[in-house]
Amino acid sequence: MPATYHLSHLRTLESEAVHVMREVAAEFERPVLLFSGGKDSIVLLRLAEKAFRPAPFPFAVMHIDTGHNFPEAIEFRDRRLAELGERLIIASVEDSISSGRAVDEIGPRASRNGLQTVTLLDAIAEHGFDAAFGGARRDEERARAKERILSFRDEFGQWEPQRQRPEVWSLYNGRIRRGEHARVFPISNWTELDVWQYIAEEGLEVPSIYFAHDREVFTRDGMLYAVSPFVELIDGERAFSASVRYRTVGDMSCTGAVESRAATLEEVVAEIAATELTERGQTRADDRVTEAAMEDRKRQGYF
Amino acid sequence: MSTRGSTSGVVANGNGDSAADDGKDAGLASEGAREMFKRLTDRPADLLRFATAGSVDDGKSTLIGRLLYDSKQVFSDQLAHVEEASQRRGQDFLDLSLLTDGLRAEREQGITIDVAYRYFATAQRRFIIADTPGHEQYTRNMVTGASTADLAIVLVDARKGMVAQSKRHAFISALLGIPHVVVCVNKMDLVDFDEAVFAAIVEDFDRFAARLELPDVTFIPISALLGDNVVDRSDAMPWYQGPPLLYHLEHVHIASDRNLIDVRFPVQWVIRPPSTSVADYRAYAGQVAGGVLRPGDEVLVLPSGQHTTIAAIDTLDGPVQEAFPPMSVALRLADDIDVSRGSTIVRPHNQPTVANKLECLVCWMSEQALSPGRRYLVKQTTRTVMLGAADVRYRIDVETLHRDETARTLELNDLGRVHLELSSPLVFDSYRRNRLTGSLIILDEATNETVAAGVILDTEVEEPGGEPKHERSPNVRWQGSRMTRARRWTSLGHGGATLWFTGLPGAGKSTIAAAVEERLIEARQPAFLLDGDNLRHGLNGDLGFDDQARSENVRRTAHVARLLAESGTVALVSLVSPFAADRQAAAALHSADDLEFIEIFVDAPLALCEERDPKGLYARARSGELAGLTGIGSPYEAPSTPDLVLGTCDETVEREVERVLELLAARGLIAG
Repeated sequence: MPATYHLSHLRTLESEAVHVMREVAAEFERPVLLFSGGKDSIVLLRLAEKAFRPAPFPFAVMHIDTGHNFPEAIEFRDRRLAELGERLIIASVEDSISSGRAVDEIGPRASRNGLQTVTLLDAIAEHGFDAAFGGARRDEERARAKERILSFRDEFGQWEPQRQRPEVWSLYNGRIRRGEHARVFPISNWTELDVWQYIAEEGLEVPSIYFAHDREVFTRDGMLYAVSPFVELIDGERAFSASVRYRTVGDMSCTGAVESRAATLEEVVAEIAATELTERGQTRADDRVTEAAMEDRKRQGYF
Repeated sequence: MSTRGSTSGVVANGNGDSAADDGKDAGLASEGAREMFKRLTDRPADLLRFATAGSVDDGKSTLIGRLLYDSKQVFSDQLAHVEEASQRRGQDFLDLSLLTDGLRAEREQGITIDVAYRYFATAQRRFIIADTPGHEQYTRNMVTGASTADLAIVLVDARKGMVAQSKRHAFISALLGIPHVVVCVNKMDLVDFDEAVFAAIVEDFDRFAARLELPDVTFIPISALLGDNVVDRSDAMPWYQGPPLLYHLEHVHIASDRNLIDVRFPVQWVIRPPSTSVADYRAYAGQVAGGVLRPGDEVLVLPSGQHTTIAAIDTLDGPVQEAFPPMSVALRLADDIDVSRGSTIVRPHNQPTVANKLECLVCWMSEQALSPGRRYLVKQTTRTVMLGAADVRYRIDVETLHRDETARTLELNDLGRVHLELSSPLVFDSYRRNRLTGSLIILDEATNETVAAGVILDTEVEEPGGEPKHERSPNVRWQGSRMTRARRWTSLGHGGATLWFTGLPGAGKSTIAAAVEERLIEARQPAFLLDGDNLRHGLNGDLGFDDQARSENVRRTAHVARLLAESGTVALVSLVSPFAADRQAAAALHSADDLEFIEIFVDAPLALCEERDPKGLYARARSGELAGLTGIGSPYEAPSTPDLVLGTCDETVEREVERVLELLAARGLIAG
């Protein structure tokens, strides 16, 4: 027997994620895959193909639409789902606001990021989903570093970090009561660099905003934001044109760009490999609010 | 890959204050980018998962912080955050433990309450750290964090030496079968870097660990606070000749920790597209838990027991020619048989145990104690069954290793041995053979909580005094070798097995066996002939020829064969072995250890044997000089289901040798 049956670290991570997806598909009645159009959920879609093709996915794909998305991401979302021939559910924050379930923040720093939680939990209840796949990774943030791959949510959608179920070997406990659900993070153990290397290896398409492009931006709190109808400039802020790209794709109101000339996957991977700043620290205003910003939002049922 | 490390030669952005600064490093020259991309993707990096365990003040968080910081894996915004938080707390040094302490409750109480995962990479390897707290009350978290670990770091405070927690961590590492353990003796700076302090702790640990099965233990004296022997070699401890911690993590050999011998494929999911899209497609998806699968392999589906052949191994990227752990694949089978989630696919001649009773060591993880009044479920591989009864045999005091046999229940963080009876059978191996098919969790049906994690014991080896009827030394413990079978066989490049030639005296057993031995050795497969007559000159020289002595002769020979097989040799036993029960016992001895036992019946007619009579035995028996010769004065019980029948005198010896070799090839024991 040859001494080496070697699987690279990326293929090991891929195999682990596929295993998780198949376990959840088998043990839950109505899973759903949350898709934002961002790189992590693009990887999730690919992993679902790896797990279930040539059959259709045994679950629907859902987008929580803040209404403030990058148009490039929305265009990409529709095209990708059409290519895959999978069913897309769109749950709209706009609808939550108009029905009075959520109240839009006001002012120049208003963001719909927090409102997504209401829409997400309502959609999960409305469709009777009992498991939701998400693309969160443990390397992103300190609260996520402590979350299980299969993360239990009570009937209010809340995460209770001190009462997490032990997760041993690859034996996932998928038992829940009606009304409860699980968030499932198949790429928990991937880093940002892993995601980009995987996208490159698999030759996956990503929305164009991940690559360097010229855009009208302004500086706020040391971050670059796109000029858009959803953001008001405040005193002293002025718009200018720069070559930028995005490291994360979220709501336009809280996602910052980085100055970059990385126009190809190879250049993006090289840039990520050399960066000195964390992904969320560099580009996400939502994590900068308080020391425990993510922990607090997760407890309330955020992604 | 040390993406931010000095070793990679990558010039990182020197100013991390703001992305909007000037982006001077953004968009590396395309040439440089391509080169870096190539370096990242060309090198087949592997993944090392390690767990860290230490008591509250052992400096575990500081060690991890130091590992990340000195290997240049800390992002500048994280570092700014730590600087700011250190200042706010009035600390005049950079508190690296703040890099890992995560949640609000932990920061407020200054403790670690759950497993946290960290990621870093060097030029050699990618690492996943499971940072687990050392509190006694959080044993369950160490089990959670360390269950998949390739390596465990146990921290010991140099000033305190081995404490109860250190023993607990060592015990859990052994329980979880973690292949490599590193004992970091921390805070050496507070004991003046004294070699004697280190040596005393090493001795204490060794004395305790001698009673545990820890195959590979390494000791490193460090100071996490000052960085000695973490990433860089310490100047303060010239007496220490070993590598610093990071070097050890980068180079410890983990490739042979997987089981590549025993084929185990638990089915997770059936892929069956609607016939409108793909006609007649059906594949069984899962992750390989052991062994190497190839198209064309004959397989057995358990627990149903049906045989078929692997038609193809599918992935999204197309069919593959082999699948090995930890690949996730989908198998297509040649026959339309009943396979579903919970089935396990194996090779017919290397089978796991299928049983609804088993012995395991469990760690109880729930605040509600094990109670006969509650209903539990057991999940193992992809199967979930009802637990009928759980009988606590004993509870283990992990500090003294004392077994409390009066214990009737297990409470939170207790470890104990439990006998489980299940509503329907599971397909399993012992945990020491396979961590995936030998592990289970227990769920509470009412609360849905995971209440326990268990490792399945190999009762043949781990329950002395139980099974073997000849056992007269029940207090002798099986001494674990540092080598697992997978490591041994993989490193050697070949495995072992026992070929058991049975038949009348003069049937030709030794002639065939010796010829097979010769052929195997020529093919560089170690083989050794255990001839009944030869053994009676030494090992079995004290035995006569009455029935009991013959049985004992067979028993001893079977044990020798088993050891040879385990060592990677093909043991060729040539022994009359007239009694079916003795041969069955020999076979059971092997199957309990998942070793191949091939029974070959050399079935020459009595008349022919008597005519050959190479040793003059028949002549002496006929003359009355020799009593009880098998076939004349003593019965021979022919095998009812031998693996191969030879000696029927219509074939040459050469042809019979070929048939034995063909059988070995068919079973994957030698190259075909």
